[in-house]
Amino acid sequence: MKGMTVIVKTIASWVKILIILFGIYIILFGHLTPGGGFAGGVILASSYVLVMLAYGREFVQKDLPLSLDSKLDCLGAFAFAMIAILGFVFGGTFFYNFLSKYGQQFKLISAGTIPLSNIAIGLKVGASLFLVIFILSTFRRDTSGSEKE
Amino acid sequence: MPYALCFLLFMIGLYCAVVKKNMVKIVIGITVMEYAVNLFLIMLGYRFGGVAPIMEKDTLESGMQQFLNTSVDPLPQALVLTAIVISLGSLALMISICIRTYEKYGTFDITEIRRLKG
Amino acid sequence: MVVFYILLVFIIIGAIIAVETKNLLSAIICIGAIGFGASLMFLFLRAPDIAITQIVVEVLGLIILIRATISRDLTFISGDKEFFGTVVSVVIIFMIFLFGIRVFDTVPEFGEPVFAQTSGAASQTYLSEGLEETGAANIVSSVILDFRAYDTLGEATVLFTSIIGATVILRKKSRKSLGDLDE
Repeated sequence: MKGMTVIVKTIASWVKILIILFGIYIILFGHLTPGGGFAGGVILASSYVLVMLAYGREFVQKDLPLSLDSKLDCLGAFAFAMIAILGFVFGGTFFYNFLSKYGQQFKLISAGTIPLSNIAIGLKVGASLFLVIFILSTFRRDTSGSEKE
Repeated sequence: MPYALCFLLFMIGLYCAVVKKNMVKIVIGITVMEYAVNLFLIMLGYRFGGVAPIMEKDTLESGMQQFLNTSVDPLPQALVLTAIVISLGSLALMISICIRTYEKYGTFDITEIRRLKG
Repeated sequence: MVVFYILLVFIIIGAIIAVETKNLLSAIICIGAIGFGASLMFLFLRAPDIAITQIVVEVLGLIILIRATISRDLTFISGDKEFFGTVVSVVIIFMIFLFGIRVFDTVPEFGEPVFAQTSGAASQTYLSEGLEETGAANIVSSVILDFRAYDTLGEATVLFTSIIGATVILRKKSRKSLGDLDE
């Protein structure tokens, strides 16, 4: 997949930073305003899709290789499971909210394990969706129907 | 009455998924069915003149009882939030099957695939 | 109340066009229009979390759908359908629709939800004790990540598995273009 013209590339490199900032805001403030981990993760994935559409596939392959992306995905899922198991260790039941008494209400640091879970879910969803769109665009028809092994 | 329109949308999606021959049209029918189900679940929890289930700083002191009387149901919203993201994952899986079948057989038609065996 | 009817009629007209058109690209654009109409409807039904999620998921879904059709030569559907199978399917679907309408008499009226009429409903507990027990001001976040966190764990597993499935299916032909990835 080739890139686009110079105007599109310049604007994409500026707008990408704003989209990543917006995605991080939606993830971090998920316990105070509408949003949460899922919507923020999809926004993070779509910022990288914008760079891939504007610059071409090879540029993104150098910038964020597939092996690093798979590791980010597994790290997000592992962090979510670790938060659940830590709740079991400290509280007695699975997913117990063991930090909920620290911090004041309606501030950023409050609600215990909920912001940490939001960050883990956002990382996982963003990495997964970018991986699948990258794989879909890499797959190309080599010859006309004969299988090459 | 709005429930009946939602059910009509579900039936349109079911007709498309059953009758059509093109594989991408079948995927489009399944997507329309998912939209209809999500809309129906959120419509079940609506209250006339309601507010969104998000608390602010001054509801805790003054208006807790009023918040309880006018808020909409938060439980269907939690279920639908998960369902929307799962539908994106299953759409990616269905489209990857369609692309793979097109590379192998050269067509999107499901009746042609049954004849070209072996 | 009139807004709901206008948006629902818009969505149904978009769905009929998406089903009946012969050009695949027009059908995909109609799916985009249905998604935006559904997001507006979620906003008027007082669910802002769902509206944000629906719009961004809609955009990524359109990119995935267009990837499947834009570079293939076959964007027009040809051939004739079998007449008997189509008529039987339409008749059965119409009868299911007529029987299904009768079920809506048992559901409460639109505008009076179930949890306002029963006293021991779970949503009453979530609304009244959500802030003290978890400390989160967004009640929907506290429901999906503290009261019902098992559902979120199941959803993360399903997403993980479906993405792995899509990666494995599209793997064989592109081994040469992915280079030294699987060594």
